[in-house]
Amino acid sequence: MATLFLTAQPAVAETPNEIQAALKQEAAGASGFQGFSAARGEDFFKAKHGGEWSCASCHSGNPAAPGKHARTGKAIGPLAPSANAERFSNPKKVAKWFKRNCSDVLNRVCTPQEKGDVLAYLLTVKK
Amino acid sequence: MSIYNRKIFQAIAVVLLALGVALPAVQADDDRDGKYVGKYGGENRGKPLQLGQTNSKFQQECSACHIAYVPGLLPAESWRRIMAGLGKHFGSNASLDAEDSKEITAFLVSNASNRWSAPTAPLQITEANWFRRKHGEREIRSSIWKNPHVKSPSNCAACHPQAERGDFSERNIRMP
Repeated sequence: MATLFLTAQPAVAETPNEIQAALKQEAAGASGFQGFSAARGEDFFKAKHGGEWSCASCHSGNPAAPGKHARTGKAIGPLAPSANAERFSNPKKVAKWFKRNCSDVLNRVCTPQEKGDVLAYLLTVKK
Repeated sequence: MSIYNRKIFQAIAVVLLALGVALPAVQADDDRDGKYVGKYGGENRGKPLQLGQTNSKFQQECSACHIAYVPGLLPAESWRRIMAGLGKHFGSNASLDAEDSKEITAFLVSNASNRWSAPTAPLQITEANWFRRKHGEREIRSSIWKNPHVKSPSNCAACHPQAERGDFSERNIRMP
């Protein structure tokens, strides 16, 4: 019953800026935090981190464009909120995909700083 | 044509006719419930594959990176194994939270193949005997597999556009 009640609740809709604010709160806990950087986020997004893939391998080098799964070829909707209003609007989904994709790309979890930088970059990408 | 030759000719014709009738009948039995229990060494996909109901969580979570593979393509134990190993799912992290994982596993297990009698539980649909038999060299030329639109044998929808609805019927096959 408790489960039924919980699943009946509508998903908490948030905006990318609210998600960014939550990341900032998390990141501020680390010493020497000086805010997020879109430029650093872009570098992070496009670079490989020791593994086979970068973020761009599946999301394309232009996050306003559709991507394609590097292994299966399955179409992936654009990642930039300007091109895809669903992106960064559901905290559960954001957490799930950062967990999975950071594991695939970096073989570890991403820091709040890295996540915030990437989101800062994605928010600068125009459609 | 001598009478002797004509007799041989007729005999061959009768044999061919019998084969011609018998072969499609055997093929049709591929999809008949219960009659050939040990077909494909017991590694047979379920029937029917069309789902009376689907599961929205399954659709949402299992078709982000690949097509939503119909549960009836593998036995229940395969799905249990796959769902228990999502942290390393064919080289990728596909982990789910406990609640979603439980719901999707239940859906997969209760709709798994109902014709799988072998004690096997492959992690890949393409390892199943029924799959290998239906996609062997006699069925599909090697050039088809190399086609960039196909990419991999796991890409069902390249030739079976209705794959996600569980429709793999021969009349709906579209080779790229």
